[in-house]
Amino acid sequence: MYGNHDTETALVPDEGDSERQAEFDALIADDQRIEPRDWMPDAYRRTLIRQVAQHAHSEIIGMQPEGNWITRAPSLRRKAILIAKVQDEGGHGLYLYSACETLGVDREDLLDRLHGGRQKYSSIFNYPALTWADVGAIGWLVDGAAIMNQVALCRCSYGPYARAMIRICKEESFHQRQGFEILHTLAHGTPAQKEMAQDAVNRFWAPALMMFGPPDDASPHSAQSMAWGIKRFSNDELRQRFVDMSVPQAEVLGLSLPDPDLRWNDERGHYDSGELDWDEFARVISGDGPCNAQRMSRRIRAHEDGAWVREAAQAYAAKQAARTLEVAAS
Amino acid sequence: MSPPAVTSALSIAALPATAKYALALGDDALILGQRLGEWIADAPQLEEDLALANISLDLIGQARILLSYAGELEGAGHTEDDLAFWRDDNQFRNVHLVEQPNGDFAVTMARQLVFASYQYELYRALQDSGDEALAALAGKAFKEVSYHREHARTWVVRLGDGTEESHRRMQAGLEAVWPGVPELFEPDEVSLSLPSVAADPAGLEPHWARFVDGVLAEATLTRPTPRWRSRGGRSGLHTEHLGHLLAPMQHLHRSHPGASW
Ligand SMILES: [Fe+2]
Ligand SMILES: [Fe+2]
Repeated sequence: MYGNHDTETALVPDEGDSERQAEFDALIADDQRIEPRDWMPDAYRRTLIRQVAQHAHSEIIGMQPEGNWITRAPSLRRKAILIAKVQDEGGHGLYLYSACETLGVDREDLLDRLHGGRQKYSSIFNYPALTWADVGAIGWLVDGAAIMNQVALCRCSYGPYARAMIRICKEESFHQRQGFEILHTLAHGTPAQKEMAQDAVNRFWAPALMMFGPPDDASPHSAQSMAWGIKRFSNDELRQRFVDMSVPQAEVLGLSLPDPDLRWNDERGHYDSGELDWDEFARVISGDGPCNAQRMSRRIRAHEDGAWVREAAQAYAAKQAARTLEVAAS
Repeated sequence: MSPPAVTSALSIAALPATAKYALALGDDALILGQRLGEWIADAPQLEEDLALANISLDLIGQARILLSYAGELEGAGHTEDDLAFWRDDNQFRNVHLVEQPNGDFAVTMARQLVFASYQYELYRALQDSGDEALAALAGKAFKEVSYHREHARTWVVRLGDGTEESHRRMQAGLEAVWPGVPELFEPDEVSLSLPSVAADPAGLEPHWARFVDGVLAEATLTRPTPRWRSRGGRSGLHTEHLGHLLAPMQHLHRSHPGASW
């Protein structure tokens, strides 16, 4: 999960069969999994389609900023690790599109919605990966925040989504570790490398915290998602956990976190942190971020440039099917 | 080789023959791995982003083993990274085919068919090499390139026998890469000097041709008969494309001499 901010959930009261609704409610209350063949309220289905698709889109758009460094990785070992990591993200996209397809939509249609701007992807990928250290910061902070969200989603009430998450979480810890390792090496390297690492953390810290979505009091759809067992923890809860986890890690790295208000609060037993710029968050989500246009145009171009290939594969498959029929008939 | 801060200059001419051989094979793998890495996030469908990433990763893995081995045989402390990042283009020993730009998906698949089928025969033969390290690498790499070859075969057949447009593009892809074929099978000094270590390039061709011609027939494509052919890669004379490939690849590493990553 790269984004916990479902900005467009429609919550229409469901008028389905009340008996089936009662069964569904009982499954949810009992913390059971909903499976594709089970009846589910339309609003539940729609919410999930939106969330899982947005998650899938985030995985594939997320290939761009890091992919940007594959050709320039500073050692062959790092190049190999980065390729493997970006490949994993594509794989996550595949699992998630498949999970979404169990809800009765197909990937082609979901991609159309992404390309048409009707579905979103995590806002974090609208920030540029400017230096090699950004690859480290993305692994450490962005994958780190993703893990926080995803671990929570392993218990999501929708079975195929929860199972996709379990699979994905296994790979994510490697992603975070390689990012941490990159930053650790840089922070203990030459002065220029250390500066590069600090600069990357400075730029990615706040956007990574925003990945958990708006504050709870400004997150209108969270309550319904919690009631449905799609969400298990609130945005602020997850964000707090992430801050608490990251502060000691930053100390190990020898890097500072760019928040003058960040300090331990003995009373709460948590770190306090400064207010995030939610105007910026809204602005970037709505399209006015540094890389929104670039990410989308690249995605659309790849899709359009590949149309003839996909058509050819379909045409070939149809010919093969016809040949098989012919053989069978003769 | 521009002198890196921490290592001495590499003289290709002074390398032992087996090191030169490992370098040539390693450079083929490295340069093609780098090229295929350019596809990631731009492939026609997600499955192909994954497949091309996978192939790129395998090739870079092979390159790391081969370049490390070349450095080890040289005995001057050069690492895989010294060899990958601190050589200029005229010190690379790869064939021209692998440095060719990706073109459209058909050009890439044509190059994959030609090159993966070549590596398939190469590594099959090298499993019996008198050099243990090369034989071990070949055993592992043979499995990888068997998949690469099958991947390319599948696409060349689909595109060749797909739509009118895909047929036209696939044939054009073959035309674009075919001038690079003869260089693969050309006997070169280094391999001739290592009869019990190296695979005889010319000896690989008949097996390669049998497979590739079969694929082209199935794909309803015609084997091109280009009017020119590439030459010189194995002796360090490259196309203009290699410099453009190396510039981004080497830039960051070279900007911080002596740094670890
Ligand atoms: Fe992921
Ligand atoms: Fe990840």
